[in-house]
Amino acid sequence: MIYWEIFLAFFIPGILGYGGGPASIPLVENEVVSRYGWMDVQQFSEVLALGNSLPGPIATKMAGYIGYEVGGPLGAFVGVFATVAPSLILIIILLSILYKYKDSPKVKRMTLYVRPVIGILLGGMAWRFFSESYVNIGLLQTALLSVISYLLMEKFKLHPAFVIGGALVYGGFLL
Amino acid sequence: MKLQWNIFVAFFRVGILGYGGGPSSIPLVHKEVVDKYKWMSDEEFGDLLALGNTLPGPIATKLAGYIGYRVSGVLGTINAVLATILPTIFFMILLLSSLSSIKGYDWVQGMTAAVIPVVGVMLAVLTWQFIQKAGKGMGWVPTGAMLVVVFVLLEFFNIHPGILIGVLLFLAIVKKDRKKKKKHLSEREGDSS
Repeated sequence: MIYWEIFLAFFIPGILGYGGGPASIPLVENEVVSRYGWMDVQQFSEVLALGNSLPGPIATKMAGYIGYEVGGPLGAFVGVFATVAPSLILIIILLSILYKYKDSPKVKRMTLYVRPVIGILLGGMAWRFFSESYVNIGLLQTALLSVISYLLMEKFKLHPAFVIGGALVYGGFLL
Repeated sequence: MKLQWNIFVAFFRVGILGYGGGPSSIPLVHKEVVDKYKWMSDEEFGDLLALGNTLPGPIATKLAGYIGYRVSGVLGTINAVLATILPTIFFMILLLSSLSSIKGYDWVQGMTAAVIPVVGVMLAVLTWQFIQKAGKGMGWVPTGAMLVVVFVLLEFFNIHPGILIGVLLFLAIVKKDRKKKKKHLSEREGDSS
């Protein structure tokens, strides 16, 4: 039963992939290339390369496309569902429990305690984005784009959609 | 109906603007959900991010699905998740089945490259907001100390953030409640407005 295999192939990376979508990619590769042999490494890395240059979460793009290749539209649905649903259901349950007790001092303390961790995590992500950009397009372009987009978003309060749109146009023509 | 439309638009934007995988969509989700539509406070968003990071699976769909659920139940969940992922999956299938090789997409690569620093800026701004809130909530000295400790644990000892968050949540639960937190309560209430 192909749909069951698709489900398993994406369910396992979905529940083992700690650290968001990008962390689950090697696990997806393991299932898709090594276990089920739906693709070879070359094909997988091409799909991944294209996925990385398109917007949106990477794990679901991979699941959707590979599911579609293997089992048509229903396969795409099964792949995405297996990727998304387990962790989503878990977080809805956990946070619903948490908010039942949201006036308890313990829950308030939880919110407070984790905040520096979130700060560091986001800071680390920001750092990785900047250093990736430095590797890709160099210091000057990175600095230029960063300063301009900061001014537009924070000083002129422009919606990020326009800033990202502008960056896409700039990059499409000039980089 | 209006609400479902708003959910769809908010997460559609997140999905098509989030270059660089799920994590890059975090500041976009924050922008839509906290700043624009005000479906959540910063506190709730922080809790969601924390738990999202302790649980496995893609972060963008966890955020979208949970926020959709909070705003309008199961239908909201389905709506938000689909709005986040469908446009780009569709685009991906279209591109890969119409073009045999993806080599030579220089302009696509250039577009993505230019967005990366923009996302970096958004993440940096969000980082600063979180640190500020932490500083106001716990005081700057404990916050500063925690930031240093957390940074060392995560970056030098490579402790997984999920484990760290789990431990902190556990500590928050087992710690004895003091009689009354004197001054921080009022500040925290001020935060969420």
